[in-house]
Amino acid sequence: MKADMPATNRSRPSMSAMLRDAAAAAFVAALLAFPLLGFKLNATAQGLHLDMRLSWVPIAAGIVFAGRLLLTLGGQYVAPIIARRVAPDVDAIRRRLPSRSAYMVGIAMAAVAIALPWLPFADRNLIDKATLILIYVMLGWGLNIVVGLAGLLDLGYVAFYAVGAYSYALLSQHFGLSFWICLPLAGLLAGAFGVALGFPVLRLRGDYLAIVTLGFGEIVREVIINWDKVTGGPNGLSGIERPSFFGLPMLPTSMAPPGSTTFADFFGIAFSPNQRIWFLYYLILALALATNLFTQRIRRLPLGRAWEALREDEIACRSLGINPTLVKLSAFAIGASFAGFAGSFFATRQGFISPESFTFIESAIILAIVVLGGMGSQIGIVLAALLLVGLPEWFRELEQFRMLAFGAAMVLIMLWRPQGLLSHREPTLRLSDVPRKLVSESAT
Amino acid sequence: MSAASPLLTVEHLTIRFGGLVAIDDLSFSARSREITALIGPNGAGKTTVFNCITGFYSPEVGRIALRREDGREFFLERMDGFRIARDAGVVRTFQNIRLFPGMSVAENLMVAQHVALMRASFFSVAGFLRLKSYLDAERQAVERARYWLDKTGLLADADKLAGSLPYGAQRRLEIARAMCANPALLCLDEPAAGLNPRESNALNALLTDIRDEHGIGILLIEHDMSVVMQISDRVVVLEQGRSIAQGTPVEVRANPEVIRAYLGVEDEAAVASVIGQGSAH
Repeated sequence: MKADMPATNRSRPSMSAMLRDAAAAAFVAALLAFPLLGFKLNATAQGLHLDMRLSWVPIAAGIVFAGRLLLTLGGQYVAPIIARRVAPDVDAIRRRLPSRSAYMVGIAMAAVAIALPWLPFADRNLIDKATLILIYVMLGWGLNIVVGLAGLLDLGYVAFYAVGAYSYALLSQHFGLSFWICLPLAGLLAGAFGVALGFPVLRLRGDYLAIVTLGFGEIVREVIINWDKVTGGPNGLSGIERPSFFGLPMLPTSMAPPGSTTFADFFGIAFSPNQRIWFLYYLILALALATNLFTQRIRRLPLGRAWEALREDEIACRSLGINPTLVKLSAFAIGASFAGFAGSFFATRQGFISPESFTFIESAIILAIVVLGGMGSQIGIVLAALLLVGLPEWFRELEQFRMLAFGAAMVLIMLWRPQGLLSHREPTLRLSDVPRKLVSESAT
Repeated sequence: MSAASPLLTVEHLTIRFGGLVAIDDLSFSARSREITALIGPNGAGKTTVFNCITGFYSPEVGRIALRREDGREFFLERMDGFRIARDAGVVRTFQNIRLFPGMSVAENLMVAQHVALMRASFFSVAGFLRLKSYLDAERQAVERARYWLDKTGLLADADKLAGSLPYGAQRRLEIARAMCANPALLCLDEPAAGLNPRESNALNALLTDIRDEHGIGILLIEHDMSVVMQISDRVVVLEQGRSIAQGTPVEVRANPEVIRAYLGVEDEAAVASVIGQGSAH
């Protein structure tokens, strides 16, 4: 199905050819399904049993037959229509400056997110999943500053997430600092690590930069694993303090430290473990929205414009007097500090962290969210996080097919929308919106 | 009213790439409110001179001094590229246009005012709080962008993506962007390349206007003789890294060395007709 090939240039296969093709596909499917689906290993009290499930084989073959037939028919009649609609000049889409409908969509999405816990079908499970998705949305928005705006390909972003998580855990365990004090400290520390990474890679771009950042991410993880006196090594850190509602612990009265008022008592309501789940949800929602608002605003400031200019052409930036070192380091530092905030939230939510949570695959997922969303598009990142983090959560039963689906989704996206789900870029300034000054000063 | 001392003084500039001497003991100067053209056959080293002046190469021998009208003096051969643009006020354009293609035309001009705006936004803090001082600075920057868009005839395209503009418009935008960076010396690397005669005439008008109205110096590399002969006040001719002639366009046109360099023969009549036609456009 080549979308860019005009339909008229293709010889149309006859119906019987299509049927033959579908039958051949079904035959292959049956061959594969016989060993894969035809038997099932059951563990019972008596030991392992091999059950026959031969009826599944024809079902699988039938599905493949119908699917293959639909695919060829679709390729025949539907694809040209889709191609005409979906694949007009990619460049033209990229070059077009969009309307401000994105703004309205963003407001609507934020409203849904705020109202979510109050909806009738919202249970603990849903809020938990939504919280997890929001962590990735926040990480995606943070990485978007580095990758989407400044154009610096960072494959080790999870390192800053880890720095944030461990700084909160260690600061709270050793110094008894509360979550609200640790949050900015974790951001600062992660930002400092961002600068530390930024310095040696100032001259690198593209693939080379990606390799070094990949290495940096692994270094941080290895240090955490091996420095077990401080970080607890592979066992991680447990018993991390849960967040309090601005000083009011979210615990039942019986478990609260003596002399303190719990959240439930303070507001005169009955204790429920759901309160903490809700609180965590709103906390990450607030953090994520803050990240988004920050990005939206800084894009319109000289620093944000310089990030984007650096992505477009570094040499031109230099020739206009922009210090590329400062611009790059600030992007690394600010992007990293958002990962630090998200990391300390992660630590307080889980109550337990270990190096396993900060492997390369996390960096890859976050980067995939940014790229899939359409570099630089805030709403695209939300959609991509829903797809890449949300779907696997809801279809946990199919977990073994997760990487398969992940790969297939990536291939499809690269074929159809190589520029990402939503690729439009909102300009940071529209000259037509800025009224002329009444008394125009000489502009020299 | 040309200033007493030259804006840019290049002295004994020499640069080697391995065994190749690209620039050999070159000295020349450029003044404020004048257009100085750097001409020469292909490979004469014109762009290399530009790259030395704007900090892309650092020469082994020689001095490049820039004296601004407020008396400050900079030695460009020792400065980072971005400092040359930021502090010394030497802003250049490129032979193969370097815009920010994915950003709008107006945004390109806002990026050019980064240094001033960054200062006004107090490293983004004042900008974040949307203090009045920053908003005023921003409004002024927009006005300045509008002024240069008007000058270069791009006002209607302000909200289009820079990369989507036609070639001639991109060339003009690059000049507008350089002017927004508030230069003392504007260095243009073949601004007329690829322009049609009408666009080329418009460019002449724009450059003389910049020279006369904005009081800055222009250093120009150009192949198009109609541009060079019509608008430049001084011409420096390079051949194989050496300066073979300097002077007014009329002087240079009559110089036998120049004629030999351009045609490789000493047939003055043929050359005079070629160059003469160029200036008559």
